[in-house]
Amino acid sequence: MADTTLSTDKLLDMYRTMQTIRQFESRVRDIFQEGQIPGFVHVSIGEEASATGVAAALTEQDYITSTHRGHGHLIAKGGEVKPMMAELFGKKTGYCKGKGGSMHIANFELGILGANGIVGAGLPIATGAGLAAKVRGSSEVAACFFGDGASNEGTFHESLNIASSWKLPVVYVCENNLYGEFTAGKDVTSVKDIADRARGHDMPGVVVNGNDVVEVYEATSQAVERARKGEGPTLIECKTYRWEGHVVGEEAFLGKRSYRPSDEIEAWKKRCPLITFEQRFVPDPFSQEEIDAVQAEVKQAIDDAVQFAQDSPYPEPEEALEDMFSAA
Amino acid sequence: MPEMNFIQAINTALAEELRHDPATFMMGLDIWVGAFGATSGLTDEFGAERILNAPISEAGYAGAGVGAAMAGMRPIVEIEFASFFYCCWDQVCNQAAKLRYMSGGQADIPITFRAVCGAVGSAAAQHSETVYSQFMSVPGLKIVVPSGAYDMKGLLKSAIRDNNPVLVFEHLKLGRSKEEVPEEEYLVPIGQAAVKREGSDVTIVAIGYMVSQALKAAKALEEDGISAEVIDPRSLIPLDEETILSSVAKTHNVLVVDEGHLRCGAAAEISAVIADKGFDSLDAPVKRLAAPDVPVPFSPPLEKFILPNDKKISATVKEMLG
Ligand SMILES: Cc1ncc(C[n+]2csc(CCOP(=O)(O)OP(=O)(O)O)c2C)c(N)n1
Ligand SMILES: [Mg+2]
Repeated sequence: MADTTLSTDKLLDMYRTMQTIRQFESRVRDIFQEGQIPGFVHVSIGEEASATGVAAALTEQDYITSTHRGHGHLIAKGGEVKPMMAELFGKKTGYCKGKGGSMHIANFELGILGANGIVGAGLPIATGAGLAAKVRGSSEVAACFFGDGASNEGTFHESLNIASSWKLPVVYVCENNLYGEFTAGKDVTSVKDIADRARGHDMPGVVVNGNDVVEVYEATSQAVERARKGEGPTLIECKTYRWEGHVVGEEAFLGKRSYRPSDEIEAWKKRCPLITFEQRFVPDPFSQEEIDAVQAEVKQAIDDAVQFAQDSPYPEPEEALEDMFSAA
Repeated sequence: MPEMNFIQAINTALAEELRHDPATFMMGLDIWVGAFGATSGLTDEFGAERILNAPISEAGYAGAGVGAAMAGMRPIVEIEFASFFYCCWDQVCNQAAKLRYMSGGQADIPITFRAVCGAVGSAAAQHSETVYSQFMSVPGLKIVVPSGAYDMKGLLKSAIRDNNPVLVFEHLKLGRSKEEVPEEEYLVPIGQAAVKREGSDVTIVAIGYMVSQALKAAKALEEDGISAEVIDPRSLIPLDEETILSSVAKTHNVLVVDEGHLRCGAAAEISAVIADKGFDSLDAPVKRLAAPDVPVPFSPPLEKFILPNDKKISATVKEMLG
């Protein structure tokens, strides 16, 4: 068994990460609606525990691939909120110098191989990062975040088969939030639990409460241990829910049509990852004051990030032509 | 005549054709909602058996469309953003495009693929491409790029009735643009260009959304005493070479404008046709204006820098006519 005992420091770190994701996403949503952020923005409010619990079981050298709903994954893997926010604004100081935006944030130094605008595209990429570790004989693991909808792409099935056949160190993390855009998973998906699809590829498939950061952490730690021992991949399905629309501002597309019952949304809000944590760990081992202090500290960091993004310059137009080919 | 916007034109064309032919049916992501409104209401009228909300499995449902077409149906397949065509490239290029030919002409493949294309404002590299140029070098596909509501409706109806694979590219920026559209039924034939504006000094061939930009530029050029003719090919395959060449024979100067990439783009192909077949008409080399060969960047000033627009068109024409 993996040693999954959590120190109080680590627990509090996880809480801080979840708070950072929640506050980052909430601000991004508001700023987008004010018109300061261009393009499309998908926020992950309500899904903070899966990003956080998975990343907490990884080392800095490990890899992740992310999705269009990727801000949380990046923050959890160590992404800093200033260059992230600047990227969302399209500023030169962003992680990708303004070339990528929300859907394409990446930071290879932190092992973040990128958010992705193409559903299912991260699956082969994470598989390849695991393959790299295996071929060169190093110990990194790749964690691959993707949605329930993405598990209907061919890339999902092809990747799981490759990773299982070649015993690659990959942890596939399906964040099942019940919907892909405006379509309920149950209407277009052959299985109830995405984890069941692991069986077809002869690997463990685990269902966890995706809103419980500790449960996610423990399942991931075991999968990571298995991967590092050369025993191959695991599929973890985190049952969760997005509180917000598919994209911020989806009302503009939808008009009066709705695709989710409001009592469903309310029920999931009661299962908030942050509240779940607080109910379990406050007042013991954390006092309410400690929790409040984390919230305040995070708020300051997000304020600073917004300020940084606002103050940063746009890239020069001609920079559009840079970064195409390596000089070598 | 009543006015209609581009999205409404798509919607009414789809509804009319679904009514017209019981062999038609639709597949696509979220089409019961119609993320951009093009398919809204269709489920109410035609039912979930004919308006199929697909899983996010482009290769699967595009290919299922090809199979259904071979088995006697007339599917209309929506690929949401044109860049997602890359996820079902084989089914479109290796299967739909080739099966008739490879089988010695045995099977018609009456399938229509629709996709939203073009840069709509910081949607970044994977949601902003035009993609149609890449399909132009795949024999077996017809390619339609409407520039306004009237053509959109008439061309989409023709595409659906065509017994061949037709790809229809709908520029998202045209979504709310309005035009007069007759109430009575009409078709716009695939393979006929439109002269959108007559002129005598220069021909501007413009594709899709760029037609609106070329018309704006032509207006501005008029103030400088330059008379520009604007040609909209409407379909890239087949290409109405005759209309383009006879315009060039009149003006002796030509600029081809496309939002897609410069290299091997639609503008390159059209320019090559003019150079091959219209050389004697030309006073100057054919000129292209298209996006430089980089992915579409996210940041607004970068995106603006790479996209052609009315100002860049008029500046290029002035340079050409020196
Ligand atoms: C190949 C491809 N098809 C379709 C889309 C459009 N799209 C963007 S997000 C999305 C839904 C994805 O659902 P899921 O994987 O469950 O992730 P979630 O949005 O729920 O986090 C769709 C269909 C896309 N970006 N890429
Ligand atoms: Mg989902």
